[in-house]
Amino acid sequence: MGIEEIFRAEHGRILATLIRLLGDIDVAEEGLQEAFATALEQWPVAGTPANPVAWLVSTARHKAIDRLRRQVRLAQKQEEIARHLELSAMEDDAPMPEDRLRLIFTCCHPALATEGQVALTLRTLGGLTTEEIAHAFLVPAPTMAQRLVRAKAKIRDARIPYQVPLDDALTERLEAVMVVVYLVFNEGYAASFGARLVRHELCEQAIRLGRMLVELLPPHAEPKGLLALMLLHDSRRETRLDGAGDIVLLEDQDRTRWDRLQIDEGAALVEAALLAGGQPPGQYALQAAIAAVHAQAPTAAATDWRQIAALYGMLARVHPTPVIELNRAVAVAMSGGIERGLALVDALDHRGELAEYHLLPAARAELLRRLGRHAEAAESYRRALVLVSNEAERRHLGKRLREVVS
Amino acid sequence: MRYMLLIYKDEKMWDEMTVEEKGAIYQEAVEYSEARRPSGFYQGGEPLQDTNTATTVRMKNGKEVITDGPFAETKEQLGGYTIVEAKDLDEVLAFAARHPLVRAGLSIEVRPIRVGPPR
Repeated sequence: MGIEEIFRAEHGRILATLIRLLGDIDVAEEGLQEAFATALEQWPVAGTPANPVAWLVSTARHKAIDRLRRQVRLAQKQEEIARHLELSAMEDDAPMPEDRLRLIFTCCHPALATEGQVALTLRTLGGLTTEEIAHAFLVPAPTMAQRLVRAKAKIRDARIPYQVPLDDALTERLEAVMVVVYLVFNEGYAASFGARLVRHELCEQAIRLGRMLVELLPPHAEPKGLLALMLLHDSRRETRLDGAGDIVLLEDQDRTRWDRLQIDEGAALVEAALLAGGQPPGQYALQAAIAAVHAQAPTAAATDWRQIAALYGMLARVHPTPVIELNRAVAVAMSGGIERGLALVDALDHRGELAEYHLLPAARAELLRRLGRHAEAAESYRRALVLVSNEAERRHLGKRLREVVS
Repeated sequence: MRYMLLIYKDEKMWDEMTVEEKGAIYQEAVEYSEARRPSGFYQGGEPLQDTNTATTVRMKNGKEVITDGPFAETKEQLGGYTIVEAKDLDEVLAFAARHPLVRAGLSIEVRPIRVGPPR
């Protein structure tokens, strides 16, 4: 493995350990930068060390300590860090799995703004540069840099701890961590054609973080559900858009091009998450179970919609949101009761909670089209077109509208 | 590290409660805080009188201007403060989340106290 590859792959592990040892994200990042620069000079000449991770941690630690000693002489405010260093001199510098877990709980602390949580998680654990994160989220680099600065300053100034929350707070805080991971995934997954390549990196990052949570929190079922959900969605990435960048609906996708290995892994995780001792299945496990039913159907027509409708029913109890009710209505329609599904969609429509959500009129239009009620379908497609923002989705809806009016 | 907990309440909502109800909540809050004084966590705090007693002083064109009322009109008003000494933010957040005043519908803003001149 080349130096850059090692750096990329091990960034999160190394940085998390350095943050434990040094007590400050900036100090740790600067130390790691210096160690990396030293590696670029030395490794090609002296050869790659037997344990590159250990070498990078200990070099970065020494660089950081040297730098801090110089600064302590200049400024009194570093006193606290100096004291921390004295204490940490006794700590083991071998990376511990716990280090990354501590760090993700810090990065996803609810006292930080969500956009800051996302940026910091990708920066520290994902090893992405500020420019890469900015590019992936389609914001200017200085804006992203500002978010990172603000988040790191709050961690330091308000003293947000580096620790895995205690048992009673863990479930709630784990929820916040999973929200961030899934948000990263969706940001990558929803990417339209032009930005697709760059943003697939986000899906990979989210899956990597999901794996980390599963590995480090083995007794918890929900991380398994979340990882399964992401793997199952991601297994279809090659077939979601056609050559022109237009959306291909699930039922029209080429199932032979779905990633079977990922589907098998996802399905096994779903089972583990659903069977987890004594706990009722959580929202990620249920969503993953739904994705697994789709992924395992040999053809679109063979999809077990009855089971999907039942799973949405369970999901609506665990996590009652209008979007889930909409999905349940569609599943009911698809399992043979189009009229009944349509009635559920209309009831939801009248409640007005999804007035800004383009997928409600889009789903309604689709059901009306299947019933042959083309004039009403056209009207709903037009409503959806007013609300939609994604380009690929807009083109898809436009195409459908032209079909029903002709 | 020291933190200040700024306690905000909707004065209108608070006014609608009886003196007995308010007194019971107050008593609970005092006991909750005092129980944490011996360990050194709770360092003190006080309730404030309502914003109709507030007076704001500022300078305008080199002249002092004194006006009736709080600095900013807000939906919820500052109603008191508490100072704590904690090892980190999580310890303060856990204290705030179980605070009787929060349970009674008030909000607590947690702010670290800065030591020394501005940085």
